[in-house]
Amino acid sequence: MLRKILTFLSFLAVISVSAVHADQKKIGFIYIGPPGDHGWTYMHDQGRIYMENALGDSITTTYIENVPENADAVRAIRKLAASGHDLIFTTSFNYMDQTLEVAKEFPDVKFEHATGFKRMDNVSTYSARFYEGRTIIGHIAGKMTKTNTIGYIVSFPIPEVIRGINAFYLAASKVNPDVKIKIIWNYSWYDPGKEADAANTLINQGADIIVQHTDSYAPCQAAEKAGVLAFGQASNQEAFCPNSHMTSIEDIWGPYYAAKAQAVVDGTWSSEDTWQGFKDGMVEMSPYNTKLLPLDLILEAKNMETAIENGTLHSFEGPIYNQAGELVVKEGEVADDGMLASMMFYVQGIDGEVPQ
Amino acid sequence: MSIELIIGILNIVLISTTPLVFAGIGELVTEKSGVLNLGLEGLMLVGAVTGFITLVITGNYFYSLFLSIISGVILSGIFAFLVLNLMTNQIATGLALTIFGIGLSAMLGKKFGGTPIDGLNPYYFIVISFLLVFFVAYFLSKTKTGLIVRAVGENHNSAYALGYNVIKTRYLTIIFGGVMSSLAGYYISICYAPMWQEGMTAGRGWIALALVVFATWKPWRLLVGAYIFGGVAIMQMNLQAIGVKLPGQFFNMMPYLATIIVLVFISSNKLRLKLSAPSSLNIPFEKNQ
Repeated sequence: MLRKILTFLSFLAVISVSAVHADQKKIGFIYIGPPGDHGWTYMHDQGRIYMENALGDSITTTYIENVPENADAVRAIRKLAASGHDLIFTTSFNYMDQTLEVAKEFPDVKFEHATGFKRMDNVSTYSARFYEGRTIIGHIAGKMTKTNTIGYIVSFPIPEVIRGINAFYLAASKVNPDVKIKIIWNYSWYDPGKEADAANTLINQGADIIVQHTDSYAPCQAAEKAGVLAFGQASNQEAFCPNSHMTSIEDIWGPYYAAKAQAVVDGTWSSEDTWQGFKDGMVEMSPYNTKLLPLDLILEAKNMETAIENGTLHSFEGPIYNQAGELVVKEGEVADDGMLASMMFYVQGIDGEVPQ
Repeated sequence: MSIELIIGILNIVLISTTPLVFAGIGELVTEKSGVLNLGLEGLMLVGAVTGFITLVITGNYFYSLFLSIISGVILSGIFAFLVLNLMTNQIATGLALTIFGIGLSAMLGKKFGGTPIDGLNPYYFIVISFLLVFFVAYFLSKTKTGLIVRAVGENHNSAYALGYNVIKTRYLTIIFGGVMSSLAGYYISICYAPMWQEGMTAGRGWIALALVVFATWKPWRLLVGAYIFGGVAIMQMNLQAIGVKLPGQFFNMMPYLATIIVLVFISSNKLRLKLSAPSSLNIPFEKNQ
């Protein structure tokens, strides 16, 4: 009930700011959290601002924040579509079916769904290869852990998150076969208190490095307080935990958003699937913390970045086995994008089961 | 399990449960006087952001605590004026207060999200939360004023006929509840997860509301209930980290499910329901009827 009221109120806000210029293209965004989360939504909002600056007066942008991933999302997306928006970015995985539902009703409106895999003539999908960053931090974690226990806080069991866990573990266990990861599923993207609880629980159980796939910087802060190491998520979080932050995986959406908006302005937009990583600059590593990391490790990490960029290193190089011991990627091969996009299993060596 | 591990777990449970105790005990007193305030979530957020902003600007914990409390007094005062003097619907007004609080806190905190601060030691608040429960339990059962609060909540017309000032009593209990919610919010943004981010209370106001019903309006049960909710949440994290497979979604809805079960249980017997819920809860009081 409350959420409905909130969504309704945010519609009013959107309508009130939608002053129409006939020649301007209107571009809308649906956010899962607040732009002030300094994580996932923050980076999408930075992308939106980048796009505005790049395209100037040829576009106007609006966004609706805190849209839950349920039927409310349909109403929020439809509202943007019905109020004359030409291009709508829906920036969370579980807006997938809702985006398609609205896209069917508005064939002339273009949609861009982040991290999804279902497309239509007017629906593109895009994502970043965050897992490339997870390979880097896995490598660093494997070398830096003293207790051989790494705490990993995650949101929902979706392919993107599970791919991240696997990429992290494969890289960590490659340099440190004794490494164990302890995983806590929070079932929310954003709850600073709960994320701090999870971090403290993992530290209490012996983890000396905290990795997160949730949206607030509470885990990194908890690590700082407990005196253990951490990696940031989505944006550079060094300011919040200067003595434990080794690096963050940053999502850089701006150039992509600007290009797609330009395509709509030029009338050249077409439905496609985009999945970019280090090579195209959609994923970047924050500056490595020279106070915490030895210089040679920083060099290794940078070399790995370059190797991933020019294709000599892949996050999922065979042989890779699943937990049942079956060979899923053969020696000398790498996992294809289809397998990566639908990855719902842990690789061999990770304890526990993927929640259903 | 080693002793250190158990102490560590208890430590985390204490830290994470305290906001529920604050918000819950405040709401319990408000409801005991016959007023339902659904605005906890909004009050907590405004308390959290006011405290945070003041701390960033002045660097003084005392000022930030003080202003956070003042924000609770003002907001709950407005709520009290609306439901007591203007006799608006308590449920609608409470919801409006929550929505207002979410929006206001987001607006106020816009420039302050992502400012690092030094958190305050949570243990002061943990101790205070226990003392508060003791104080409220004693107040409601052993003091004359406490009995007046309950009389007003049970039957405001009789209380009024006996010469008690129903409106004044309710003003005070609503403001007490408001201040407790602000403290819960202050604790969250200054001690628990020292930061300001929009919507950072993440539904704890609603859990506190459910908790009051779960506790059947009894202070000690509220304390026990809060630690059951908090303890289960932390235990399931520990089990997950050990590698036990658990339905996490189930634990997220556990507080609400438990409340419904308690409601079914106390509703099955009319007498039991009467003994527990304040009879005048959510009923507006008209002086001249």
